[in-house]
Amino acid sequence: MANEILDDHIQNEYKWGFTTDIESETFAKGLNETVIRALSKKKNEPEWLLDIRLKAFKQWQNMPEPNNWAHVPYPKIDFQDISYYSAPKKKPELKSLDEVDPELLKTFEKLGISLEEQKRLSGVQSNIAVDAVFDSVSVKTTFRETLAEKGVIFCSFSEAVQEYPELIKKYMGMVVPFADNYYAALNTAVFSDGSFCYIPKGVRCPMELSTYFRINSSGTGQFERTLIVADEGSYVSYLEGCTAPQRDENQLHAAVVEIVAHKGAEVKYSTVQNWYPGDKDGKGGIYNFVTKRGICLEDNSKISWTQVETGSAITWKYPSVILKGDNSVGEFYSVAVTNNKQEADTGTKMIHIGKNTRSTIISKGISAGVSNNSYRGLVQIRKGAKNARNFSQCDSLLMGDQCGAHTFPYIEIKDKTAIVEHEATTSKIGEDQLFYCKQRGIDTEKAVALIVNGYCKEVLNKLPMEFAVEAQKLLAISLEGSVG
Amino acid sequence: MISIKNLHASINGKEILKGINLEVKAGEIHAIMGPNGSGKSTLSSVLAGREDYEVTEGSVTFEGKDLLEMSPEDRAREGLFLAFQYPIEIPGVSNVNFLKTAINEIRAHKGQDPMEAKDFLALLKDKQKLVELDAKLTNRSVNEGFSGGEKKRNEIFQMAILEPKLAILDETDSGLDIDALRVVANGVNKLRSKNNAFIVITHYQRLLDHIVPDFVHILYNGKIVKSGTKELALELEAKGYDEIKHQFEKTEG
Repeated sequence: MANEILDDHIQNEYKWGFTTDIESETFAKGLNETVIRALSKKKNEPEWLLDIRLKAFKQWQNMPEPNNWAHVPYPKIDFQDISYYSAPKKKPELKSLDEVDPELLKTFEKLGISLEEQKRLSGVQSNIAVDAVFDSVSVKTTFRETLAEKGVIFCSFSEAVQEYPELIKKYMGMVVPFADNYYAALNTAVFSDGSFCYIPKGVRCPMELSTYFRINSSGTGQFERTLIVADEGSYVSYLEGCTAPQRDENQLHAAVVEIVAHKGAEVKYSTVQNWYPGDKDGKGGIYNFVTKRGICLEDNSKISWTQVETGSAITWKYPSVILKGDNSVGEFYSVAVTNNKQEADTGTKMIHIGKNTRSTIISKGISAGVSNNSYRGLVQIRKGAKNARNFSQCDSLLMGDQCGAHTFPYIEIKDKTAIVEHEATTSKIGEDQLFYCKQRGIDTEKAVALIVNGYCKEVLNKLPMEFAVEAQKLLAISLEGSVG
Repeated sequence: MISIKNLHASINGKEILKGINLEVKAGEIHAIMGPNGSGKSTLSSVLAGREDYEVTEGSVTFEGKDLLEMSPEDRAREGLFLAFQYPIEIPGVSNVNFLKTAINEIRAHKGQDPMEAKDFLALLKDKQKLVELDAKLTNRSVNEGFSGGEKKRNEIFQMAILEPKLAILDETDSGLDIDALRVVANGVNKLRSKNNAFIVITHYQRLLDHIVPDFVHILYNGKIVKSGTKELALELEAKGYDEIKHQFEKTEG
């Protein structure tokens, strides 16, 4: 019965799958040293950055491509068949919003992202500064002046390279070394743009900062870097959103996000990932191979990752925290939804080095269709990390009987004083639950939304208000008609 | 209220209900008793619209409408309520949120606007008292971590909030201690009116000391084999089901 109803329901349309018709400057496909030099020149980069790129590229060429190591089989990627740079032609040096290509403005409006400062996101009275990244470049960062009054730097990565080279030089690669892994090395070699954010000592950032990533051109990859530095005693809440057009081809998104939290600083990083997941037969969709890592560099600092993952054909992603400072805190709250033929392998690493460090992991996986959803995580308590504590909870929710949920929790403890707890559950949205709801007058679709939102509540509660509403809607849409 | 005629139903090809006839009018309480496996829970499941069961013959008219044509949610919206024998847990969904969703779905079905938050809260408070439900439980997830007695009480609480026309209590007394039984029974007695009706399914006469039925039916082997007034329940209590079994096995054989 469950399957009949499941089959009855039609695949939900991806609502962000449109393409913007805009004149772009796109590099020819292929990757070699010349391409990297051209890219670096295009961005007018200093010599030291080009050196880093070339070194990373060399390393990358000698690294084996990680293939099929996770629960995610996929065809080999032809890295020569990707263009590594694509930018809307009407750039550069925008003085005001009037100079932004109206097509671009329309694109972001359509996505619910307002680039006009007086306008507010989706009608909600909110305070969000946005850095909008379209293909390979940042098109606009809002509220820069307001933020500058507090000394907060929020701009595109390219601008930061020009304007704050010392900061970039100091922090870039501190958390994710250039050859950390295959895709991080690739990113370092070819990254085109991204966001940079610096919160000075003792400043509580007056508004949410946000980056919105949009892939538009076909045949391109998106490789961006985000670097967030929170100086002593500062606080920032950072949001990340992303979408892509509906295409038959697979596109690669290999980003690097680095967070550095100094003494007593707190960074909250929230993601609503909604890349195009491919159609119901698994054709097209984004490969989302991302390295996200933060370091609690000094005492009493805190880094918190919250993610709602509904998109991408394949997601590999383990937002991690290195707890170096004493009493530092790392958190990971995740909802990962896979439907149809999507594959997700996501989780976190909590590396406890300092004393009295604490970490919390709450992971909620939801699998529907014939998808596979894995939690993969590492809790490592190093020697000398006295009184470290970790609590992990990994729950899986299955819809239908053709999907998979997998949990791979690794725990390494080198200090006897550590207390590590792990809980895991697997449940199914049962016919019984649905029938119970129906018997109270609630139809299947509303019942599923109710049950799923209830299941994810602990994570959704961690999202900033505007995002939580969006995430709830997204969950309902991603799972529409996926259960009987 | 409800008119069941020659109802036959089966699960996985096995016939469980073999021609049920039952007429329940507004203001009445009917008790259905019977030994294990006689089809009591199947009857409640079929009336509530559980899809595992296939109705092979017969008809059910509810308030003049063909009940069997309706989806389970529409049956609920039309005023049919089932107090589950084993209430289901829904982690993360608060009782309040669950009931608010339910009540507004039912209101929408009737063309009414969603209930104002303050009216809803007042209603909650009022009905909490009625079933002596701990206020803490209403904010907890639906049935999660509730004791057996709390779950049953929560069913009656939901019934009180949703105010159905016809409520079917499926072995609501099973697993209840004397105090909880009294609370559940009091709830039902306070809710009964000339406009609604109850079908109380039970094994034991005990519940019927508290909820006094107008009629008692004995279900055996998928059929109502005997009907009477509340004295029938007492008689049954004294003699047990064996005599019934004996009698009807003979006549059928």
